[in-house]
Amino acid sequence: MAKITPLREAVASLVHDGDTVALEGFTHLIPHAAGHEIIRQGRRDLTLVRMTPDLIYDQLIGMGCAAKLIFSWGGNPGVGSLHRFRDAVEQSWPHRLEIEEHSHAGMANAYVAGASNLPFALLRGYTGSDLPKVNPNIRFIECPFTGEKLAAIPSVRPDVTVIHAQKADRRGNVLLWGILGVQKEAVLAAKRSIVTVEEIVDDLEAPPNACVLPSWALSAVCPVPGGAYPSYAQGYSERDNRFYKAWDPIARSRDSFQAWMQRHVLDTDDFAGFRRVLAESMKEAA
Amino acid sequence: MSSTETLDFTATEIMTVAASRLLKDGTVCFVGIGLPSTAANLARLTHAPDVVLIYESGPIGAKPTVLPLSIGDGDLALTADTVVGTPEIFRYWLQGGRIDVGFLGAAQVDRFANINTTVIGPYDAPKVRLPGAGGAPEIASQAKEVFIVLKQSPKAFVATLPFVTSAGYLDGGDARARAGIPGAGPTAVITDLGILTPDPVTRELTLTGIHPGVTVEQVKAATGWDLKISPDLKTTEIPDAGTLAALRDLHARTAAAHGQVGGEG
Repeated sequence: MAKITPLREAVASLVHDGDTVALEGFTHLIPHAAGHEIIRQGRRDLTLVRMTPDLIYDQLIGMGCAAKLIFSWGGNPGVGSLHRFRDAVEQSWPHRLEIEEHSHAGMANAYVAGASNLPFALLRGYTGSDLPKVNPNIRFIECPFTGEKLAAIPSVRPDVTVIHAQKADRRGNVLLWGILGVQKEAVLAAKRSIVTVEEIVDDLEAPPNACVLPSWALSAVCPVPGGAYPSYAQGYSERDNRFYKAWDPIARSRDSFQAWMQRHVLDTDDFAGFRRVLAESMKEAA
Repeated sequence: MSSTETLDFTATEIMTVAASRLLKDGTVCFVGIGLPSTAANLARLTHAPDVVLIYESGPIGAKPTVLPLSIGDGDLALTADTVVGTPEIFRYWLQGGRIDVGFLGAAQVDRFANINTTVIGPYDAPKVRLPGAGGAPEIASQAKEVFIVLKQSPKAFVATLPFVTSAGYLDGGDARARAGIPGAGPTAVITDLGILTPDPVTRELTLTGIHPGVTVEQVKAATGWDLKISPDLKTTEIPDAGTLAALRDLHARTAAAHGQVGGEG
């Protein structure tokens, strides 16, 4: 059964230095609050996994939490580059970042394989691409029945997966809807899981076939209203496109990045504190 | 560009309109974010109301009211026929062979329409680290055909790519088929200057269409190899007023909703 617990306690007990951690979300339901808490608690040497690393991964990488990144597309959607990610890859700042790079199809299949307790994922993929030349974890095998050449990549098996969802009931069953990305597969592929939710309700009122993650398949459920900000939670909040744009100049220089992280994340107690300070600094900027 | 500015549309507008015209009604289209999404939605709002737009984040049959800023905007989910998980998109719908057209952008293309979105410079010590593959390698190989839309410049149109993220025609000729890649590959590259299509035998990209007001010299100067010009070079039809109005309305609605022009990033 999932423990319904404050986020700080869930991160303290479930995310350890050196862990492989997937904070998943495909534009929607990105677990920013949990990412901030990992930064506040100073986790180090993490192998971060994500199909679409965006701002929260830029922050984790820039703050030195990550030793390695397994990913398939790293950018600031609709805006441009992730400057901290680029600085880590291009200039090894704040330290060298090992990268293992895939395609979306590869990553999605690797999560499915992990959730299915298989050692590797099998797909028609990567043909003609240079990715197999730079990623030794992309290999090709022969179909035992037809002799066809197929791509094989290791399963993703995170120590911890972290996602954000719309709601949980009092027993810790979780309901999410809208764009689901690979969140269900990422949770089921992981040894431990943390789900932050917009609210805790008496009854999920989930129709049959809805995406419900049962409490007994999760480690911790943490109420964090707005915890996906600046991403969004369908039915609860809109994506704050202004923040995605504002992040570009903040992340461009090491100094402005560090000052911003100190004020907004390290010097705040929790996500509500972050939102308060952010509202102040955005008012100052305006 | 000065020659196009005297006409009643911009170079980006005629690129978008030319790209959208290639999408036939009823086509099932896997849409990349940015220019491809703009062109595909313009097609849906004009000549191709029954085009099916599939986004890698999960929406199938999306009919967004404004251009998505990201590939996972809520509007895509709310207007879709159904929303499935990302593994299902790649496994059942793309790998399953149900996509007619993959509509992609690119940072760079080479003369055989291979795509780079990974790095400029050596992979281990890149000069510029680009976002990476996303869905493109499998879209480029498994869609029945591929359209690529990007602005033309010597930096973007290079003889040889530093990194092939997604396969076009590889080394040309029948290299793509010999590699066992199922889809036909890029059948058109649409730019702000014209349209390039692969030679039927060599598969080298050839200028077969040129936008009004653009000169062949301009296109050659914006290409990093000795661009072949089709003897049958056609001038792109000027966008009609209705299509231009639909495109401008779409951008205006998007700007009002997002506080910026959507999908150009």
